[in-house]
Amino acid sequence: MRTLKKVIVYALLLSGSAVFLVPLLWMVSTGLKPLDQTMSMPPTWLPYREYVQDGGQLRERKAGEVVTATATVVRKVSFRWENIGLAITAMKYFPRYLFNTLFLCLLTVTGTVLSSALAAYGFSRIEWRGRNRLFVVALATMMVPFPVVMVPVYCLFRSVGWIGTLKPLWVGSFCAGAFNVFLLRQFFMTIPKDLSEAARIDGCGEFRIFWQIVLPLCRPALMVVGLFQFMATWNDFLGPLIYLTEQKDYTLALGLQFFQSQHGGTEWHYLMAASTLIALPVIILFFFTQKTFIEGISMTGIKG
Amino acid sequence: MTRGERHSLWIGLLFVSPWIVGFLAFTLYPVIASTAYSFCDYDVLSKPVWIGTLNYREMLTDSVFWQSLRNTLYFAAFSIPLGLVMSLSVAVLLNQSVRGRSVFRAIFFLPSLIPVVASSMIWLWILNGNFGLLNHALKSIGIAHPPQWLADPAWTKPSLILMSLWGVGHAMVIYLAALQDVPRSLYESADLDGAGAWSRFRHVTLPMISPVIYFNLIMGIIGSLQVFSQAFIMLGGGGPQRSALFYAVYLYLNAFEYRQMGYACAMAWVLFIIILFLTWVATRSTRKLVYYAAE
Repeated sequence: MRTLKKVIVYALLLSGSAVFLVPLLWMVSTGLKPLDQTMSMPPTWLPYREYVQDGGQLRERKAGEVVTATATVVRKVSFRWENIGLAITAMKYFPRYLFNTLFLCLLTVTGTVLSSALAAYGFSRIEWRGRNRLFVVALATMMVPFPVVMVPVYCLFRSVGWIGTLKPLWVGSFCAGAFNVFLLRQFFMTIPKDLSEAARIDGCGEFRIFWQIVLPLCRPALMVVGLFQFMATWNDFLGPLIYLTEQKDYTLALGLQFFQSQHGGTEWHYLMAASTLIALPVIILFFFTQKTFIEGISMTGIKG
Repeated sequence: MTRGERHSLWIGLLFVSPWIVGFLAFTLYPVIASTAYSFCDYDVLSKPVWIGTLNYREMLTDSVFWQSLRNTLYFAAFSIPLGLVMSLSVAVLLNQSVRGRSVFRAIFFLPSLIPVVASSMIWLWILNGNFGLLNHALKSIGIAHPPQWLADPAWTKPSLILMSLWGVGHAMVIYLAALQDVPRSLYESADLDGAGAWSRFRHVTLPMISPVIYFNLIMGIIGSLQVFSQAFIMLGGGGPQRSALFYAVYLYLNAFEYRQMGYACAMAWVLFIIILFLTWVATRSTRKLVYYAAE
């Protein structure tokens, strides 16, 4: 009975994870194929090259070449790594997209971590009149869905002439979002009050207590907030779609969608190579920060 | 107020000032302006013109609006429960004493991290009617005429629901963390009472993780009613016969394609009310089922 149960559990897990992996593997595989092989039936997982062996000699088979009866066709696995370079060239402004995206990531991560930490500190480690009432207001703002504020915020940025620039995509991150403030506040409250009291008696100013005592102790929580913000900026599609107008200002996400809308439904190998390039940094980042990730998500789920 | 109190009030306000600025500029002002715009005819280029409740009345007779609402509710009605069952099942499997748990967890979690643009490209390709991997697989198990997925109005929504199930890893991680927090002693006493596997799950596991299920349910309602990016990227303005024109997509089109900002704001408020209503219904109907151990 116990072994039967074990077998079933492993069978389900293995088949389930195979199903979850297939789309990603298919993306990588298609991205490394020549165009004709992306649409060949039946599909092949490994890109190949065909050779003709006629007598002793082995030479590459030409496209559509009919092979004589004496010769045999040999298939050898061969990845088209050049697709990556070709996809980058085909997307035209790829280096700009990458630069814009990294620029936004840098600014939004810095902005979010700094401003949320400041606000969370003010909401948890200093006693002042009206603090808790204001924090309830902060929590309430989390309920407002983005579409409600989308149009007025767009008009606001338009009135200062920022449409078509990257500014609307990072300025807001310096204004401490309620969710991150909530998350960090939970963490700040676990640090003993005596620590701040002792520093205050020694004549330490509030900002120094924040910067030199509390922040270093909260590094794990700050990591979570920064990491999530990086992912959000890297993945964001709606923001760039609304605010950016010039192709050279696009982010990677918007640039890829633009490329697809131009070449849709044909150049699948380039599309998949480009998708791999955009997904890969996120996957690599996940493997290096897995623990922070999983803990962060569990934290938001259980405390929220 | 004493001098000390006044001092700490100023220091406190100074620390939370980034939030206050953001609250005023990006929440309070937009909420007020959005309410006002929703009673106006506004195309951004010229000044808003007050038209009373015309936008809201227009919604009642706008058949595209109703279609987008139906599409969205259809999507939510399937993706939320299916996603819940799927993420919870995977989490329960991973919570058994299995080797390589962290590897499995990473594999199931990974798809939910992939940027939505990239995952949309992947699924456009997999769901391709002629050369897609899915239809090839279906043909190889004997289905001669598999659906044309994104080209067939009857299959666009199921396609997007299928795709949403690929991204349940996030919820799965939350469930797994909750399952690991269930005290072992509860299972031991259930064993002593002679409870079987199902009855242990039903009477120990489910009540203990019910707050997390409730949390994921609410997040699911909020998220799936605002589904936008994948539908917009894969099917543009709504796909064949507007079969995948979701609420948020129609709202976006009204705001930024048709330049009917007033109508878009009115739609946004109706969406907010629908979300609040469904959240209230979900809270009411699960109130007796959610168990808070610590309180």
